[in-house]
Amino acid sequence: MFKDLFNKKRKYATIPSEKTKRDIPEGLMTKCSKCGTIQYSKELEKNLKVCPSCGFHNKLGALERIQATLDDGRIFEYDADMISVDPLEFPDYPSRLAKDMEKTGLRDAVVTGEGTIGGYPVVLAVMSFDFNGGTLGSVVGEKITRAIETAMQKKYPLIIFSSSGGARTQESILSLMQMAKTSAALARFSDSGGLYISVITDPTYGGVTASYAMLGDIIIAEPGARFGFAGARVIEGTIRQKLPEGFQTAEFNQKHGQVDIVVHRKDMRAVLTKLLELHAGTATKGAMGE
Amino acid sequence: MSSELPFERPLAEVKSKIEELRKISIEKQIDFSDEIAKLEERYLKLEEELYSNLSAADKIQIARHPSRPTTLDYVAAMFTDFIELHGDRLFGDDLAIVGGIAKLNGVPVTVIGHQKGKDTKDNIARNFGSPHPEGYRKALRLMDQANKFGRPIITFLDTKGAFPGATAEERGIGESIARNMFAMARYRVPIVVVVTGEGSSGGALAIGVGNRVLMLEHAVYSVLSPEGAASILFKDASQAAKMAEAMKITANDLLRFQAIDEIVPEPRGGAHRNPEQQAETLKSAIWKHLRELMKMDPEQLVKDRYEKFRKIGKFAFIHDVVEQV
Repeated sequence: MFKDLFNKKRKYATIPSEKTKRDIPEGLMTKCSKCGTIQYSKELEKNLKVCPSCGFHNKLGALERIQATLDDGRIFEYDADMISVDPLEFPDYPSRLAKDMEKTGLRDAVVTGEGTIGGYPVVLAVMSFDFNGGTLGSVVGEKITRAIETAMQKKYPLIIFSSSGGARTQESILSLMQMAKTSAALARFSDSGGLYISVITDPTYGGVTASYAMLGDIIIAEPGARFGFAGARVIEGTIRQKLPEGFQTAEFNQKHGQVDIVVHRKDMRAVLTKLLELHAGTATKGAMGE
Repeated sequence: MSSELPFERPLAEVKSKIEELRKISIEKQIDFSDEIAKLEERYLKLEEELYSNLSAADKIQIARHPSRPTTLDYVAAMFTDFIELHGDRLFGDDLAIVGGIAKLNGVPVTVIGHQKGKDTKDNIARNFGSPHPEGYRKALRLMDQANKFGRPIITFLDTKGAFPGATAEERGIGESIARNMFAMARYRVPIVVVVTGEGSSGGALAIGVGNRVLMLEHAVYSVLSPEGAASILFKDASQAAKMAEAMKITANDLLRFQAIDEIVPEPRGGAHRNPEQQAETLKSAIWKHLRELMKMDPEQLVKDRYEKFRKIGKFAFIHDVVEQV
C-alpha cells in the first residue's frame, strides 16, 4: 500500500462511472441557462418553464404552449396532416424534415386549430422553434392563412404565438411569398372587423417579424423575448456594429414602440382572457364586416 | 469591354485578338481577313454558348453589374413629367427608395423603386440601395396617395435587402415591411411590379405585392442573398455560388414556381449593354399588363391580387404521400 502511494506520480481526475451517472435519472435536474441555478425539472415544468429564481422564460414547444394557453389544454386541430415537400430539391432538406418530425413529434413548425381561453372561442396558431428553427415555409404559410380564413368565417378572434428564425431558406422564393400571402389574409381579416392578437416569444426574426408577427391589432411579447428583422449576429457580421445591452429584447422593443404589452407567462392566460372579454362585442360581430 | 464580368473573359480574349490582328494588318499592310473572319465566327459562337447557358452565379454578376440601369434610369427613359416626392412625414427621407408621380404613355401613375448609387458617393447617400423603415414608409405614403387618386402603381425591385442595422431595428424595420404588404393587398388600383436587378428578402417584397410581377431575364429573386444563406446553412459565405444554384433564384425558376408572371428579355449580355433598348422592351411589357389591369374594376383588382398570392406554395397531405408510395 505505502509503496504504491510513493510510486504513484501522476494524478488522475475522477470521471464518474457509467453506474454513478445512471444513479441520477436523465433530466431530473435542470440548470438555468441564464442564472445557473439548478432546480428540479418537475418544478420548472410546473412553473411553465420559467426559472423560479431569475424569471428566465425557456422556450416552449407548440404542444406545451397549447397546454399552457387553451382551457384544459384542449385544441381542435386544423390541417394536422399537412406536410412539407421539397419543391426546390434542396440539398438535405427531406432528411432534415424527417429528423425534425422525429425529434418534435410535429409535422411542421406550426400547429393551428381552435379552442377556448377563459371560455372565449379563439382560432390559435402556435409556432414551434424546435422544428427547423420555426422557419416559415409553404406549410407554415398555408396553415396560418387557412387559420386566418377560418377565424374570419367563424368570426372568432385570432391569436398567433410566433417563434421563428425567419423564412425557410430551403424553400427560397416560395417561403418569401408566404409573407405576402399571410399579410394579405390578415388585411382581409382586419377589414372584416376581426381581432388579431400577436404574441411574440423568444426568438422571433426575419420573415415572421416582417409579416404576421408585427401585424397584430395588439402585440404582446414575453419578458426577455428577443425579436427583430435582422438578428444581432447578422448585424454584427454584416456591418460590424456594436450593439447595446439588451438589444432586441421585448423590453428594448417596447421602449422603441414596437410592442403593446410585455406579459409574464404566468399571466398570459389572464391577459388574453381580459382582452377577449374587452373585444367580445366587436370580435364576434365584426365592427366593419356587419 | 472594360465592364466585362469574370465569366465573360474568354469572350474578351477573342475580341482583343481580333483587334490586334486588325491593327497589325493596317500598320503592316498584311491581309489577315481570313483569320479575322474565322475569329469573328468563333466569337459569335462563343457568345451564343456563353449567354444561353448562364448559371445562377453568372446572373447574379449581371444583376449586380455597377452599370446596370437603376430605377431612376428607367424612370427617365420610360416616363414623362416625373416629379419626385420625398419623405415619410415621420422620421426622414430615405434615398434608398425613390418615388413620385409620372406619366406612362400619357397616363398618370405612381412610380416607386429601390435606388442603388451610381458611384461611391451616391452609393453612400443611398445606403447601397438598402432601405431603412422610413424608406418603406415613404413608399407606403406614396402608394396610399395613388390609391386615393386612382393612379396605377408601378414598382421596381433592386436591393440586397433591408438595412441590417440597429437604427433600422429600433425604428421597426420588420413592422414597416409587414405593413406595406398588408396595405398593398388592399389597394383598389392596378399594381405592376418589376424585378429589375437583385430582389432579396422581405426588403424587396415590401414593394412587391402586385397584380402582375415581371422579371428581367437576368434578374434574381430569393428569400435572402445566397451569401447570407451560405453563411447560415453552410457556415461558409464562400459557397454562395453553390447556394445560388440550390436556391433557384433565376427568372426561369420563378416562372416555374408561379412567383412571377412574365420574363422580360434583356439585350445580349445584360441590360447594361444597351439600356435604351432595355427601357423600351420593359416599357412595352409594363404597358401591355397595365392596359389589361386598367379594364378591371377596383374589387376585381383586389381579388385578382389576393388570389395570385393566395395560391403560392407547395405542400402535401400525409395520406397522399402514403398513397403514392
